[in-house]
Order: sequence, then C-alpha cells, then structure tokens
Amino acid sequence: MLPCTPAADSLEWLARPALQALIDALTARGHRVVGPQVADGAVVYRDLADVNQLPAGWLDEQDGGHYRLRRDDAAGWFDHVVGPHSLKNFLFPPREPIQRLVREDGTWREEPAPQEQQPLAVIGVRACDLAALRVQDRVFLHGGHVDVAYQARREKLFVVAVNCRRAAATCFCHSMKCGPAATHSFDLALTEAGNRFAVEIGSERGREILSALGTAGLLTPCTADEADRVRTIPHDLERTMHARVAEPGVPRPRSLDTDGIRDLLYDNLEHPRWRVVADRCLSCANCTLVCPTCFCSSVEEVADLSGDDVTRERRWASCFTLAHSQMHSGAVHATVASRYRQWLTHKLAGWIDQFGTSGCTGCGRCITWCPVAIDLTEEVAMIRESAPP
Amino acid sequence: MNSMNSLNSTHAMSPSASAGMQGQVQGHVQCQGHSPWQLQATRIAAIREEAPGVRTYSLTFAPRGPRPSFRFAAGQFNMVSLPGIGEAAISITSDPESLSGIAHTVHAVGSVTRALARLEVGDELLLRGPYGVPWPLADLRDRDLVLVAGGLGLASLLSAIAFCMTHRGDYGRITVLSGAKTPVYLLATNHHHRWRDHGIDVHCIVTDPDPRWRGPVGLVSMLLDSLTIDPDATSLLCCGPEPMMIAVAEQANARGIAREQIFVSIERLMGCASGLCGLCQLGPFFVCRDGPVFSYDRIARWLAVPHL
Amino acid sequence: MPKKPRLAVFKFASCDGCQLQVLDAQDSLLAIAERVEIAHFPEARSQSLAGPYDIGLVEGSISTPADIARIQEIRRECRFLVTIGACATAGGIQALRNWCRIDEVVGSVYASPVYVESLAQSTPISEHVPVDFELRGCPIDTGQLVELITAVVIGRQPRVPRHSVCVECKEAGTVCVTVAHGIACLGPATQAGCGAICPAHGRECFGCYGPAEQPNLVSLTGFYEHRGTPRPHLARLVRSFNAWAPDFRHEGDRLEHGTGADSP
Repeated sequence: MLPCTPAADSLEWLARPALQALIDALTARGHRVVGPQVADGAVVYRDLADVNQLPAGWLDEQDGGHYRLRRDDAAGWFDHVVGPHSLKNFLFPPREPIQRLVREDGTWREEPAPQEQQPLAVIGVRACDLAALRVQDRVFLHGGHVDVAYQARREKLFVVAVNCRRAAATCFCHSMKCGPAATHSFDLALTEAGNRFAVEIGSERGREILSALGTAGLLTPCTADEADRVRTIPHDLERTMHARVAEPGVPRPRSLDTDGIRDLLYDNLEHPRWRVVADRCLSCANCTLVCPTCFCSSVEEVADLSGDDVTRERRWASCFTLAHSQMHSGAVHATVASRYRQWLTHKLAGWIDQFGTSGCTGCGRCITWCPVAIDLTEEVAMIRESAPP
Repeated sequence: MNSMNSLNSTHAMSPSASAGMQGQVQGHVQCQGHSPWQLQATRIAAIREEAPGVRTYSLTFAPRGPRPSFRFAAGQFNMVSLPGIGEAAISITSDPESLSGIAHTVHAVGSVTRALARLEVGDELLLRGPYGVPWPLADLRDRDLVLVAGGLGLASLLSAIAFCMTHRGDYGRITVLSGAKTPVYLLATNHHHRWRDHGIDVHCIVTDPDPRWRGPVGLVSMLLDSLTIDPDATSLLCCGPEPMMIAVAEQANARGIAREQIFVSIERLMGCASGLCGLCQLGPFFVCRDGPVFSYDRIARWLAVPHL
Repeated sequence: MPKKPRLAVFKFASCDGCQLQVLDAQDSLLAIAERVEIAHFPEARSQSLAGPYDIGLVEGSISTPADIARIQEIRRECRFLVTIGACATAGGIQALRNWCRIDEVVGSVYASPVYVESLAQSTPISEHVPVDFELRGCPIDTGQLVELITAVVIGRQPRVPRHSVCVECKEAGTVCVTVAHGIACLGPATQAGCGAICPAHGRECFGCYGPAEQPNLVSLTGFYEHRGTPRPHLARLVRSFNAWAPDFRHEGDRLEHGTGADSP
C-alpha cells in the first residue's frame, strides 16, 4: 500500500483512539505534550501522555463567576470549551528569569539566564486562543522589540487545534471575529465527528507528522462530501452563536457590539459607569491573569544576601494592582475605577492603536473567572447605552 | 559567560543606539533578535552635588577614550540599572554631541535612586538605552524656543540647552524659564552665565523663597505670562510635574502658540522601556516608546483625564 | 569590612510560630548569620547582646500593661523596626477578645483571675510605636522574611507585594475554588505572600496575610451572600487571625450588626 501523503486542502480521518499515535509521535520528536484534562473541578492544561487523560464526556457550564463540570456520556472528547489556562501560561509564563548578573571585584558580568529548551506541543487549542496567540505574537514579536524568550518558545510550538462544536454562555468569539472555526496559526486542526477526528493540515510540520501517521496506516481519506460536512460544523456553531437570545433560567449568552468601540471608549473615559463597576470590582487581577492576551510584566530583582548574585525575573503584572503604575508621587491609577478603565480601554481600544488588533478574542475567561461576575460585554453595553451622543 | 565589555560591542549593533542621532529618532525602532535587557557598563567619572539629594553623575563608557557606540538625542533617557535593587528611567542631561561621556542628574527619592546615591567616583554603573522620542530640535530650526522647567524637570531640558548652544545660529530667540519650590532646587544655576554668553535668556522663580532670594516669587507660569513672544514663531518645550505642564501648555496655547508647537516630557513608571511590559501606558501610548516627549496636540486629551 | 548589621528578635503575645519560621529559614538562616549579627534572639540563642540594634523583628501583640512599656524601650533600641506576623501587625487571633468583656473572658479561662493582668484589647504594635515595615502572615513566610532581611542589608525597599492572593493562585495555575466550587474564599481581598497554599488544596483562603491593598470586602461578601453563603459564615471568615485589621474589622462588624453600605 502506498503511504498516504495528505494534501493541504484535504481532510483525513483519524480514529479517536489513534490520537494516541499523534501524542506519541510528538513526544518522539522531542516535544513536551500538553493537553486538556480534568483536575480540581475544571478542564486545565496538563502534561499529556495518554488519550485516556483527555476530558472525554465532560461538559463545562460557564457563567459570570461560575464554572462547573458535568458528565454527559454523549459528549465527545473535546466538547468542553476553554478553561482557566491558555497558551499564555506556557509561552509567556508567570515568572521567568531574563538575566543573571554576578559581581566580582566591583564589576558585573552577565551569566546566561537558563532557558526552557524543550519544544512544546499543545493539543486542543480553540479558535479564540489561536487568535490570542496571534495577538501575543504582535506584542512580543512585531512590537518595538522582539522578546527573545517568547520567540524561542513560539518558533518551536506545535499546535493541534480543535474546532468547537459547542459554545459556553460566556463565549463571544463570534463577536470578535475570532472563531469558533480554527482558520490559522495551527499545525493540525481536529474536528470531532462521531468516533473519529477529521484532521486538517495547517503547516509543513503538521503535514510531516500526519504523513507519519498515514504511513502507519492510521488515516483514511475523507470524501469531498464528508469534508464539506465537517467544515460546516464550526460555521453552524457560529450561526447559532449569532442567533442566541437570553432565556430565563439559563446563563445569558454573551455578545459584544464592536462597532466604533475604540472611539466609544476613548470618548467615555469619564463615564459614570466606571465608578459603578468599581463598586463591584475587587481589583483582584483575576481577569488580567486568565486573559490569554494580557502581556503586562514587571521585573523583580532576586538577590542572594551578599547582593553579588542577582537574577532578574520577569513576572506577570496586572493593571489592577497599585504597583503597576506606582511612581514616587503615588500610583497613577490610584482608584479602582481608574484601574478597571485602564484594563477595559486598553483591551478593547488602546490595543488597536498599539498593535492594530483588539486585545479581546471573545474567550470569555475574564467573565467566568471574575469572583464577582463582572462582565465586560455588559460594561461596554452599559457605556454604549448611556454614552452622550 | 559574557563580560559587560563584550555586551558593549553587541550593543553597537543596536538600531536604537545608532538611530539616536539628532532629529532621526522617529518613534520606536525595530530591534530584531536583540535582548531589550542588554546592559552597558559605565564608570562614574565625577559626582556633583546640585541640591539636597540631587546629584549629577558623569559617566564614561570605557576606561579610556570617547564613548564608542552610545549616541543619544536631547530628551532621551536611559534605564539606569542597579542589580539587586532595580532599574529606573532617568533622562540624559549632558550635551548629546559631547564625546567625553554622558551625565545623569538624579534626585534620590526611590529605591534605585537612593542606592545610586551611595555609589562613588570610580564605581561601575550599568545602564541600557538610550530610549524614547527626543525633543524635536531638528524640526524647530529658525524658530524661537521657550524652555520651561519645573524643579527637576530641568534635567530633561539640559541636553536640549547644550545642543542649542552648539547650534545657536539655527534658532531664533531662546528663553529658559526655570521654576522650583525653593532656590536650592533651581538646578544648573552655575551654568546660567554660559547660557547667557550664548544668547540664551534665563529667568527663575520660586514658590518658597529664602531670605537671600531677590527674584520673583510664584509659579513658573507667571514668568511665561510676562514674556513677550511671537506666537507664530515660537515653540515651547516643557518638563516638570504633570499639573504644571498642563497649566503651562494651556497658557502658551491661550497666548497663541499652536498645540503642535508645544512639547511636554511625560513621566511614568517604566519597566522594559521597549514597549513590551505595558507599565507606562497613557491612553493609546507607551510613554517609553511613543514618548517621553509628546507634542501637546497628541497628548492633551489624555493628560486631561485624572488617573489615566 | 563594614560592621555587620545587628539583628534582634522580640516576642510579645503570640504563639512563637513566626519565630519558628525564622528558625525554619535553615540554609538561608546560615547565610543571614554570615551577613547579620544575630544579637538577641532568645528562642534560638541563650546569649543576648545589649542594644542598640539595626533591625528589630517583633512578634506578638500588645496584650498587657507591661507590653506597652517594653515596646517603647524596644523602639528606642531598634533603628529599623519590623513587625512580623498577624499578632504584631493586626493584634492576632487573641484580638477576638476585643469584641468581648475582658473580665468575662479571663474569668472563664483562669481559676484565679486576680493574678491575670491583661489589657481589655489585644492591639498591633503599630498602635503603640512607629513601625518601619510590616511582614504579614500567620505565620510569616520564610521567603518573605529572607527577602526582607536581604533588602535591608542591600539597602532597598523589601519586595513584599500588596496585591491579592488570587495573583498567586493564577501564577501557580490553581483552579479558583470560588468560581469552580462555589466556596466563599477570602483570597480576592487578602494580601498575597503565602503562595496561595489553601486554594491549592481545595480550601478557601482564610485571610492569614490580612487585607490586600484597597480590598473591596463589601462587594466580595455581598456576592457570596447572594450566591448562598450565610452571613454568619462570612462574618467568621473575616474574624480570624487578622480580625482586628481595620478592613476586616469593619467588614466583620458590618456583617454582624448589619451596619454599613447595604444595611436596611
């Protein structure tokens, strides 16, 4: 039998259990493989060795300040949506050494900071997080400077995307034009259908590894009709998301009107709504930390007691802390209202000026993981509703 | 293992350094494959006490000879780096065309600047830079210049004054208005005679005079009020506390100077100074990269919003 | 070589747990001993050297009349005075008596209360003398202590963040117990420093590090109550190790007596 070499525009069927072969192939190529798993009551990214670790038959119910998993035997392996973790946790880790400086005889010299060398493969990445990846690429690769550590990890990253078949109430990727279809930034994309996955190729590396699975006889060709049906799955979901309406007794489906949003926010920097939301906002920083695009960081000096051996650690920073804007004269963003405004206007407006894209991909994490259920789609709607003409 | 000197030579490749020529720095620069954290070693050649807690540090880049690669434009800043303590954004106060080194004038008010105050002549001082958009002096040729400083804000204007003295013929009338709380915090008064020798007018004012003070008392905006200007031919450069800059800029604008011809230098907490860390944002801008110098027409609307 | 800074450790009303954290610094303690002269630390060393001291670490709250006089003397002896732990920074768990009548408390505990000389309230050190730095926690975190001593020796501001425990949960990748399990957690209003230990084990934050910067307790407890946590449970949550810290104290009073923003 001739080895199957998949074409870029065709889909191949991979039986669900054969996904193990993909994990094994990625591992054999030196990747650390990470995928979604149920832990501590949520679907999180963990090291993945076995397909049985995947959250088969689990669905997530999400709403403002609310996340619960429930069993559904009819659910597939990837019918949960996004959990608290995203690619950011790996590509822009919460803390990382950027510089080590050692002093001898009053002179400093730089020692190379240790860097994670092992390439990463992530399975189960959704369209919203692919969009977030593209946003962070703009920040760290195409902004002013290149972030070399991010660049090193990014170049080696292998992404196995998954097309969503289901949306949580907090999902609004359709409003941000970021999903639910995976259309870019992946090496392979899976669409779950019955007991198998339709696999799409997104890169040469994706094609290479899929060829290896084909050689092992694990792929079957997808007919044109089947491919058409598979490709409509995320688009059907997108239509459904646009048509969702609030119903009593179930979480309100989110959407965000992005029309003129940059000017809307810039023109309403002193809107009374900022003070209303500040009464609820805890300034706890959760929204910024679960956001897959938030990129703020600060550098901490970790020194030994002699002061002669110093490691500079880059750590996540959040505009919800006073330290984020602390100057000698005090914090610029001294009030909770000013901090919430900084976050929201940066995310939905400033980003457009700075990086030519919104900072929001509609993943809904900031809504779900806000302990008091503050919802940015609602805040924008309130400002839009009551903005002076 | 790298020594700092080899880091120096790497830094010579940095577009941010080579672009630091007068008038050529246009916003941010691409800096491919180059760590934004790369440091350069300098030596403290001299320390001058300017005022209580305020010192000027003269720095040289190599044991001997002129600085090899470091070029900056008036109004740019360095991240001064004290390992184990932290980094602070500090404007460069020396003549941008001097080859004998650079200088920083620093008020010891924070962790880094207080630790800096403990260093002595001969000590090593690390820094990275230069960063930011400078005063647009090349674009202001043939115009009258009014340079307005509030307290330590003069530090950021000193390099502009030095540049103007060298290129005195390129500009019309030049006036420096320097205000401070008390007379001792009027910086660089020892340079006034040199400025005047170069045809630069200098006027000072304080809010809290001491018994020996013979000059005017009040805000620096009062000096601007009494200054005769040709608004169409005048550009104003201002650095000081934010409320003072807003007041001065609004007053200058009210006297007919176009907002496009009013320039202010903004201070924010800075981390990376490269537009990566997000700390220094003001409206749509990264102050480190899009500033610190902004024309007032670009920045006024953002400065007007409290806590932005 | 310049003289080593002299360190002293003092104890007031407390369980000694924070002093044990100092001892628990282990390897770092040896490094500290190289850079700092441990001049007075009765828990660790029988020899005690007289003051003055460069760094004074004070554990425990002011609880007796004698304490009031002694802390004044210690303040005079210490150039840089650091209070360590919930007792010293907020009055400790023993400050729960501040809501009771002292004679009733003493009488219910001691057979012969006549010998007990106790103040009506347990109060933090900062209510009695100026304090240069506070290290929070019940007990304090050894890493933060080493950081504090390092910072004082090097001569910079200690890196002790004032932000919420949530930051540490998210850094560790811990799933939020509030959002995923509906547990009323004090983390969003509590200062970080512990490394978010309790949520990592599926438990709520108990507020050991006291209030975070600008905590919004009214919003937090109001939301928990709205989602079904009974008010007395919430009152108990803020009435523990840092009950007397002003933000927690006022919130506890508000929850208990219905006074404050949302009272009828």
